[in-house]
Amino acid sequence: MSDVALKQAADQTTPSVINLKKVLGPAHVWALGVGIVLVGEFMGWNFSVGKGGAYGSLIACWVVGLLYTCVAMIDSEITSTVAAAGGQYAQAKHTTGPLMAFNVGLYLVMAYTMLEAADVLVIGDLVTMGAEELGRPGVDPHPFVFFMVAALAFLNYRGVFMALSVNFLITAVAFVSIIILWVGVHPFSPGEITQHAEMLAIQPLPELSNVPGLPYGWMGVLASFQFGIWYYLGIEGTCQAAEEVRSAGRSLPLGTMTGMITLLIAAALTWWICAGMLPWDYLGQALAPLYDASKMSGSTFLHVLLWVATVFSATASANGCINDASRAWFSMGRDRYLPQWFSAVHPKYRTPYRSILFLIPIAVAFGFTGLLAQTITFSILSGLLGYTFMPINVMKFRRKWPLGTIKRGYVHPGHPIPAIVLFILCVATLFAVFLGFGAQLLAMMMFYILASIWFVFHRYKYVRRGDQFTMAWPRPRGY
Amino acid sequence: MAKAKYQPPKQGVVGQIIDALLVLIAVFLALWVPLVFNLAGASTRTILPAGVTQETAADGTVTFTGATWENLGQNATMQKQWEALGYDVNSAAALITQWFDYSFNWSMLLLTAAVIIGYFLFLLVYSDKEYKEVIAEKFDR
Repeated sequence: MSDVALKQAADQTTPSVINLKKVLGPAHVWALGVGIVLVGEFMGWNFSVGKGGAYGSLIACWVVGLLYTCVAMIDSEITSTVAAAGGQYAQAKHTTGPLMAFNVGLYLVMAYTMLEAADVLVIGDLVTMGAEELGRPGVDPHPFVFFMVAALAFLNYRGVFMALSVNFLITAVAFVSIIILWVGVHPFSPGEITQHAEMLAIQPLPELSNVPGLPYGWMGVLASFQFGIWYYLGIEGTCQAAEEVRSAGRSLPLGTMTGMITLLIAAALTWWICAGMLPWDYLGQALAPLYDASKMSGSTFLHVLLWVATVFSATASANGCINDASRAWFSMGRDRYLPQWFSAVHPKYRTPYRSILFLIPIAVAFGFTGLLAQTITFSILSGLLGYTFMPINVMKFRRKWPLGTIKRGYVHPGHPIPAIVLFILCVATLFAVFLGFGAQLLAMMMFYILASIWFVFHRYKYVRRGDQFTMAWPRPRGY
Repeated sequence: MAKAKYQPPKQGVVGQIIDALLVLIAVFLALWVPLVFNLAGASTRTILPAGVTQETAADGTVTFTGATWENLGQNATMQKQWEALGYDVNSAAALITQWFDYSFNWSMLLLTAAVIIGYFLFLLVYSDKEYKEVIAEKFDR
């Protein structure tokens, strides 16, 4: 976002406008995307095994991988053109309108804050498990949950460069640990440590399924799409840093697409290791399946490495989530969609410090519930509503500003096929959530409906009209 | 003729605090309360194999009578892995006999679909109305 545009969007009574720092390169973008998501290989994805069996989870991994490839393609094009903090929120403001943008902003904040809550919940439980293994049973996880949120919020408060540099390092360690574990379970000697043939010989109950290997039949495969999302949820977070990257047109597509490739490799390795070592009924509800697999390997080195890597991955994810959620909240405050108080930038560290601090109680409260699958589901639902909007977003974007009318950093190929595929997969995944988590789906919808009513009848009167459109683009076609 | 630029009212500190609190309250009421009071959990059911019965003691401990690795559908390799994880047949049965309940009634599905479609339609139609105002003020002045 240009200085001029930022000044237009900011409160005119503000004596001087302080911009976010442009310090990030493609490696930081990769670290932000993968850092948030990689935790999905260490926990949460395995609930898809619980919903559809091990093969169901693998199919979900591939199908949802296709969903995210469409997300990454579409998002890279629009974000490399609308390079402003807030990512999809800023896009919606320019392509669709204020109410949609308000909702997209909320999707982002809720998806990342709930993901952060799930991360710290897992860290707390891992500390409890680690202490138990060291002969100190009964350690309360809650202080660790609170400490992690507070420590990471402080890191983000101090500055984006330091926060994301830390992310780059711990994400790399976590990713390498998956490869080390894969090598450590002797992938080229089947039957030695991993035993896929026997472990995948699932006997379905006749009343639930008549498909060998699929405990719930094809219905279960569809249902497992819900947690298949967890393999990749948050990769689109790369867009949140749009205002802080040095070259948005190059760094954002490069960081996002290499991030997707990294995640596809990590997801395949993770499934292979866990499905060959853990009974599916156990795997389907486990807290940290890669860590469990490392314990089963019989190697103390792998055991310790995977404990550290799981904590690292959850830390990196929570760190990235605080970064992304606070930027979306900050952007909404700057546009007056939320109280302007949130739009303050720290005079010394140049971070949206009030937004960072405000979201802490939500993350702590949900982290304290101890309900991992349900907290994850809130994150998944918010993300999914955002993905459902993306096909509409790109259609409007291409219609209002056809190719050649504005400068794009990247043009995704095959339009509108990725948009159509994405829309169909989003509808299928919403149905997957309905299967087994229908009440939670309705609770989430109720929250967004209430928030929308509040925005329409109360909040929007504080919003400047023309100033919301900050890009130096020609008038959209048809308006 | 171009319309005058819209001048929003100024919001005082108290109003900003109330708005921020309202958002927090909405998050806790709509999402946190249903979670904590178990109103929005997963739909599951217990399916016991033939010959297996389940008893729950006063302290919540669940005991399965008649459960064997075989009637729980576990082969020798699976049994070995369960044991390596620290489970015996009784504690494993508590997990193995829990199943998701995917049965649903069509009226609930239609209601959910109507809520989601209605929500998106409202967002798109109302946003478009607001968007026209934004574009007019941005480009007509």
